[in-house]
Amino acid sequence: MSGGLYSTDSNEFDKTLDLTKIKPYGDTMNDGKTQVSFTLPVVKGDEAIEAAKQMMRKMGFENPQVVYVQELMAGFTFFNCYGNCIHTVDFTGITVPKVEATAMDMHETDDFIKENIGRPIRVLGASTGSDAHTVGIDAIMNMKGFAGHYGLERYEMMEALNMGSQVPNEEFIAKAIEFQADVLLVSQTVTQKDVHIKNLVELVELMEAEGLREKVILICGGPRISHELAKELGYDAGFGMNKYADDVASYAAQELSRRINK
Amino acid sequence: MERSKLGLDFEKVGYAKEVSKRIADDVQKFVDNYSTVAVERTLCRLLGIDGVDKNEVPLPNVLVDELQEKGVLSEGVMFFLGNAVIETGLNPQEIAEKIAVGQLDLTKIPVHSTEEIHKAIQPFVMKSIQVIRDRKAKRDNYLNTIGEGNKPYLYVIVATGNIFEDVVQAEAAARQGADIIAVIRTTGQSLLDYVPYGATTEGFGGTVATQENFRIMRTALDKVGEEEGRYIRLCNYCSGLCMPEIAAMGAIEGLDVMLNDALYGILFRDINMQRTIVDQYFSRLLNGFAGVIINTGEDNYLTTADAFDEAHTVLASDFINEQLALVAGIPEEQMGLGHAFEMTPDLENGFLYELAQAQMIREIFPKAPLKYMPPTKFMTGNVFKGHVQDALFNQISIWTGQGIQLLGMLTEAIHTPFMSDRYLSIENAKYIFNNMKSIGDEMEFKEGGIIRQRAAKVLDDATELVVKIEKEGLFTALEKGIFADIKRPKNGGKGLAGVVEKGSNYFNPFIELLHKK
Repeated sequence: MSGGLYSTDSNEFDKTLDLTKIKPYGDTMNDGKTQVSFTLPVVKGDEAIEAAKQMMRKMGFENPQVVYVQELMAGFTFFNCYGNCIHTVDFTGITVPKVEATAMDMHETDDFIKENIGRPIRVLGASTGSDAHTVGIDAIMNMKGFAGHYGLERYEMMEALNMGSQVPNEEFIAKAIEFQADVLLVSQTVTQKDVHIKNLVELVELMEAEGLREKVILICGGPRISHELAKELGYDAGFGMNKYADDVASYAAQELSRRINK
Repeated sequence: MERSKLGLDFEKVGYAKEVSKRIADDVQKFVDNYSTVAVERTLCRLLGIDGVDKNEVPLPNVLVDELQEKGVLSEGVMFFLGNAVIETGLNPQEIAEKIAVGQLDLTKIPVHSTEEIHKAIQPFVMKSIQVIRDRKAKRDNYLNTIGEGNKPYLYVIVATGNIFEDVVQAEAAARQGADIIAVIRTTGQSLLDYVPYGATTEGFGGTVATQENFRIMRTALDKVGEEEGRYIRLCNYCSGLCMPEIAAMGAIEGLDVMLNDALYGILFRDINMQRTIVDQYFSRLLNGFAGVIINTGEDNYLTTADAFDEAHTVLASDFINEQLALVAGIPEEQMGLGHAFEMTPDLENGFLYELAQAQMIREIFPKAPLKYMPPTKFMTGNVFKGHVQDALFNQISIWTGQGIQLLGMLTEAIHTPFMSDRYLSIENAKYIFNNMKSIGDEMEFKEGGIIRQRAAKVLDDATELVVKIEKEGLFTALEKGIFADIKRPKNGGKGLAGVVEKGSNYFNPFIELLHKK
C-alpha cells in the first residue's frame, strides 16, 4: 500500500462547502479524492507506473497514487489509482429536464392502467432505420426484460409488439396504424455520424404528414438518447442509460391517462 | 450411489427421471417424422458445401431454399444431392455452385434408384464423419498430453464484436487461468435463418458466429494452451434458427462446449417449438458424437421467473433436458445441465437455499459437468457489492462440486467485460476455490434443517411438475406457460415455415452413424 494515501502534505485546500465549486469528497471537504482504475496497453514496470501517473494528471488529478499494479498479460497492465481532482462543478447552475412520471413497478403500472384506462395499452416498438441492434428494444419489451426489470411483454395490461431491427420508418408507421398503437417506442443504438438523429427526425416528419403524430405517445430510447434531446427532436419522451421497462411503462401509462382523462 | 449429504429421496429422483424419459420419448415420436430447413442446410455443410453466392447468401441456403420453393424439400437434400452426384459426376460443393449460378436444377434431372442414390452419397457422408472423428481425436490428444484445468472449469466470455480483438481478450483470460472461453454471439444472430460467412470485425454485444471465426479462435487457443500447458476449451452458441448448422461447424472446427438447450429458443427467442425440437435433436446428435459438452439454459428461466419460488421448474427442465439429450446419444459426462445462483441478495438465508439447490442438482446428476450461472439479475452497477455476490457464488460452487463455473463479473449490467474485469473475476474464483477446496468433503447438512428441507421441497415440486407435463405432453405444457411463465403457441413463433414432414424418399444416414459413435 502506498503511503501517499495517508499523505498530509496536500491538505491545504479550503474546507468550506461552496455549491458553485463542488469537488469529489473523500473524507475531507474539497479534498477531491477519487479512485480510478484502468488498463494501459504496455508491459508492467516503472515506466508503466509513470505512464499511469501521467495519465492521471492529464485526467485532472493532482498527487496521483498508483496503489496496485497487475500485468494482465504481456503488454497489458492494470492499475488502481487515487488522485485529487482539480476540477470543480457549479451545482447551482444545473437544470436537467425530466420525464414527468412517478416511477411504478410492473404490478403498480398494471393496476394503474386497470383503474385509469380500463383496457390494455397497445405498445409498438422497433429499432428503426438501418439500425440492426435489438438489444435496447429487447431490454424494454421482451418478456425477459433487463437487469431484473421485466419487459413490457410481461405486463398484464400491455399488448406489446416488438418488430425487431432494421424496420423502415414507413413500415413502422403502417404497422402503428394497423395495430392501433397507443404508444410507439423507437430504439436507436448506432449513433455514428449522428445517423440516429436523422432517422428520428424523419419518423416525426412522416408521422406529421400522416396526421398521426398527435394520436400517439412517441418515445425514443438508446444509450445516447436523453429526454432533453428527445424533446428537441419532437418526441414526447426520451430514455437513456439506466432506464428500464418500468420507467417507460410508468411514463406511458400516466401520459396516456393524462390524455384520455383530461 | 454415494450417500446423500442432503438425505435426498433417490427413489423419487428415479421416478422423476422415468417420467421425464416418457416425456422425451413422446417428443421424439414427433421429431422422427420431420426435418427442417436448418437440418437440411446442416446436411449440406456436412457434405462439404460451404461459401456464398454473389449476393453473400450461403450456398447451403441457396440449395435448400430452391428445394423449398419448388415444394420438394420433404424428400431431403441427401436424396437430391445423391441423385445429382450420379447424374453430373460432380461433388456436392460443385453442384451447389452450379445451382447458385442457375446452371443446374436438381428437380429437373432424371431420378435414379434409391439404392444408387444412397450409394452415391455414401463416400461424402463417411468423409464427413472422419473429419469430425479426427477433430475429436485432436482434442483427446491435447487432453492426454498437455492436460486441462481442474473442475469447476473457469468459464469467461469475450464479446468485443471483432474476432481479432476477441483473440487478444481470450489469450489474456487463458493466461490468467480461464479454462473455457465463450465467444458471445452478436445480438440477434439467433433469429437469422442463415449462418454468416467469413471472418467478422463488427458485432454488437458479441461477435458473429461464423465457421471462419471458429477457426481463428480455435487456432489461437491451441497456441495459448500449448504455451500454458493446459487445454483451453472454446464455447459458442448452438441455439436459435441455425442450431444444427452451428453444431456441424463446431464439430468440424473443434469447439468443445456449446450452449444447446431444447427449450430456450422457444421461450426466450419466440422460435417455433416444432422447429426447435426437431433442430435440437440433430444438433445434439452432432454434439454428442463430436465430444462437445452441451450447456443447457435453465439458469435463464430465473432471470424472468423468481429464483426462490420457481426453483423446481429449473430442476424439472434439467430432468427433461437430460432425457432429450440421452435420446440424442449425449453421454452424461457431456451434459452441462444448467442452474443458477439468482435469488435476491436481500433474502434471509438465501445463501443456504442456494447451497441446498446446488448440492441437490449435484447429487441428482452425479456425472454431469453442471453449468452454474452467476448472479446476474441483481447486479446493479455497484461493482463492489457485485464482487461480493460473485464471491458467495464461487463458495457454493467449490462446496458442491460444480462442473463449469460461469464466472460472474463485477461489471455485469454495465458493459461487456473489460480485460481487467475478467482478471478480477478469475482471481476471485481461484482464491476461493483454493482456500475452500475440500469444504464439501467436510460438511454434511443437519437432519431436519433448512438446507435438507429446501432440497426435499424443490425435488417434490419438480417431480409433481414433470408428472403434470407428462399428462399434458411437452408441447401443450409450453403452450400453457409452465416454464418461466412464458406461453408459446404450437404454431406460433419464428421458423415454423421451415419445418417439413419427411417424404417417402427422405433419408439421413447421419442419424444412425452419429448414434453409433
